[in-house]
Amino acid sequence: MLLFTLRRLLQSLFVLLAVSVVVFFAVYAVGDPIELLVSPEATMEARQATIARLGLDQPVWRQYLAFLWRALQGDLGNSFVHGVPAIGLILQRLPATFELVLVAITLSCVVGIPLGLVAGLYRDRVLGRGIMAGSVLGFSLPNFWQGMMLILLFAVWLGWLPASGRGQTVDVLGVPLSILTADGWSHIVMPAINLALANIALVLRLTATGVAEAQTQEYVKFARAKGVRPGRIVRRHILRNILVPVVTVVGMEFGSLIAYSTITETVFAWPGMGKLLIDSVYQLDRPVVVAYVMLATFIFVVVNFVVDVLYAALDPRVQLVSPAH
Amino acid sequence: MSATRLRLAALAALLALAGGAHAEPLKIALASEPTAVDPHYHQATPNNALAAHIFETLVAQDAKMNLTPALAESWHAVDDSTWEFKLREGVKFSNGEPFTPQDVIFTFCRVVNNEEAIAGSYASVVKKFAGVEAVDGQTLRIKTRAPYPLLPNDLTRMGILWSGITEHGAITFDLENKCGVTGAWPKVNDFNTGKLAIGTGPYKLKSYVKGTGIELERNETYWGDKPEWTTVTFVPVPNAGPRLTGLLAGDFDLIESPAARDVQRIKNTPGFGYVVTPSVRVVYFQFDVGRDDSPLVKAPNGKNPLQDVRVRRAISMAIDRKAIVDRIMDGMATPANQFLPDGMFGTLRNPPELKYDPEAAKKLLAEAGYADGFELTVSATNDRYINDGQIAQAVAQYLSRIGIKARVDAMTRSVYFPKRAKREFSFAMGGWASETGEASSFLQYWVTSYAPELGMGTSNYGRYSNPELDEVFRQAVTTVDDAQREKLLQQALTLALQDLPSIPLHYESSLWAFRKGLTYEGRADQYTLATSVKRAP
Repeated sequence: MLLFTLRRLLQSLFVLLAVSVVVFFAVYAVGDPIELLVSPEATMEARQATIARLGLDQPVWRQYLAFLWRALQGDLGNSFVHGVPAIGLILQRLPATFELVLVAITLSCVVGIPLGLVAGLYRDRVLGRGIMAGSVLGFSLPNFWQGMMLILLFAVWLGWLPASGRGQTVDVLGVPLSILTADGWSHIVMPAINLALANIALVLRLTATGVAEAQTQEYVKFARAKGVRPGRIVRRHILRNILVPVVTVVGMEFGSLIAYSTITETVFAWPGMGKLLIDSVYQLDRPVVVAYVMLATFIFVVVNFVVDVLYAALDPRVQLVSPAH
Repeated sequence: MSATRLRLAALAALLALAGGAHAEPLKIALASEPTAVDPHYHQATPNNALAAHIFETLVAQDAKMNLTPALAESWHAVDDSTWEFKLREGVKFSNGEPFTPQDVIFTFCRVVNNEEAIAGSYASVVKKFAGVEAVDGQTLRIKTRAPYPLLPNDLTRMGILWSGITEHGAITFDLENKCGVTGAWPKVNDFNTGKLAIGTGPYKLKSYVKGTGIELERNETYWGDKPEWTTVTFVPVPNAGPRLTGLLAGDFDLIESPAARDVQRIKNTPGFGYVVTPSVRVVYFQFDVGRDDSPLVKAPNGKNPLQDVRVRRAISMAIDRKAIVDRIMDGMATPANQFLPDGMFGTLRNPPELKYDPEAAKKLLAEAGYADGFELTVSATNDRYINDGQIAQAVAQYLSRIGIKARVDAMTRSVYFPKRAKREFSFAMGGWASETGEASSFLQYWVTSYAPELGMGTSNYGRYSNPELDEVFRQAVTTVDDAQREKLLQQALTLALQDLPSIPLHYESSLWAFRKGLTYEGRADQYTLATSVKRAP
């Protein structure tokens, strides 16, 4: 376990380095942020002073090395646009994105797995076929259209839920969370459903196919022959064995939702990280973009690690580190 | 209504009754978020608008951008290089401290010591001062290095800080010795947290959470008219669709910049209103006249046709500005015949109309030797100005009708502006809001010869150069007498419109939509101010 963790750590550092190089040079290649920041009314010397302060007069490889040196000391640079540390900007918005994604993923599992089970077990009946057909809608409807329709229905026509924004927050250990207030829930419900719909469909279909496959397995036939109750077969035998692909997908989705739930955040004006990323790309705010992508990479790395550990817990055949020969 | 909502509404009503009968909250949705509370950090409209609530300036601009007294009751030019400002008495900062001339001097010093500022015009204003002295407790005298007629104008965007936000001795305008300041200069973040956001304005900063919103509360000791709202909440909703639905759902009382095509919807929904105000933002195209070989023009005779003023006039005549305003801008714009809306200081009283005349345009082109036209690329942004991509396409089609083979290259602004600055375009779209509310602004940066050491022509990417215009302009900006300066500016504008180094298309209009029961006084500078929101009579 320790060896496994150490190897993972090393690999992750490599990945982080590679990512930082690629993103740094990519944003540099798009254009010069000075044109987007400095007003034409500034004097030449003020302009030069800003360029020098942001380090933009250096050749790009020197800028990168300066960035790397500071990064190793924990400083990922100040935002060109906001003037405050980039990582602070991102971390300030992390709780909002995190709780949105958490609620969405929970919804996906709580709704997707049972529905998938039903669809799989009754796949020859109308019920099962109906659920599978319905799931196609889940991942083919465009995200932003879905969101706007939800807002139109629940906020404008029915007036049940607020149209956008995050609700009241309560500070827990210095982190503002909105899921602890009723107002917070009324704000998070729609964006979470919007994010979750595509995932519910995904999880549902995975579970359904997993069930279909498991039912043909020997151990299920044996349990049925033994006279085990159907409910217990599903819970004790089938469910545990189909969860591996589901866990993989949920893990990947979790990482990708945290980093890239931009569309939902834009439609619902949810103050999360995705919106910050898109704005920073538009404004060529390089420190924020680089810090963001590195953070997203880090999250993916952690999530993958957790998923691998869960594999080992779920499936005793899986070993984290293959035994040395 | 569902049971929960009913319960919540009842609770809210109870709390409102208990908490104080006249709590008047106002919730406004913004199209772009201010990036900082520091009034001297970045010269950008959202930042300036937010700062105007908390900090005040010596001179202010009203809704039509005329100068009005604010912290200075009156001002006049003593001579060509001296201005005298009479400061208002009895003004207090939000923390109870009195407003004194030392606070103004401290602000000037801070502006040139603001290392984190994104280069804007703040420091360049103060660098033009030779000396500042407080003649008595109420009068401030500013000596300038050269005649500076626009000083009151340039002071409309410099919020005054309280000198007590850092340690200091006696404050004088002695830049060499940090003006007597002994402590550290305030940083951007200090304002964001509210610690140092102490001003004389009608509102105080309660909280500023990036992405979520800005909360202001009424300054009960404000010297001016009592602010109408007890709390103001600004929420950034950058996308137009959700911003509108937020208004319709009752989440917001007022929103800025709804999409022009949604105005019909607002008109047809009872309980909501809107206001349209012409702004000073002019949309135009700049020609590359400085080079014989321009990158995106190809003529059969190998020359650069844009260098011929007849070709430029022909292109201007080929564009139907009224049609663009009616069809593409949904009426939310005004056709432009000069670079600043008629009626503002320095503009021509009766500018010649830039007529739509494709026949005459074709004749002019033939006269110039391009009867068979030439190839031209229309360069534009597609996400910066209202309907910029569609405007570019319309312009390209108008040019095709007079025989110019035009193609459109529209791109995102983060790619466009750097490219334009590197002079990679021949016929480039631009937008400019004259923050000073008078005619020298556009001329100074876009039309005068490229001379960055003098701060002139810094955006003159086409490198148009007219020594006569430069001379008239230089005279204008050093003439303190208003009447004379206006004549000179009009002269310069006439020269610019004869030569057409840039052709103006239209002035954008700003839109605000709000719920019934409110009125909004639209502003030409596009600021969204809580002080302009009033209850409907």
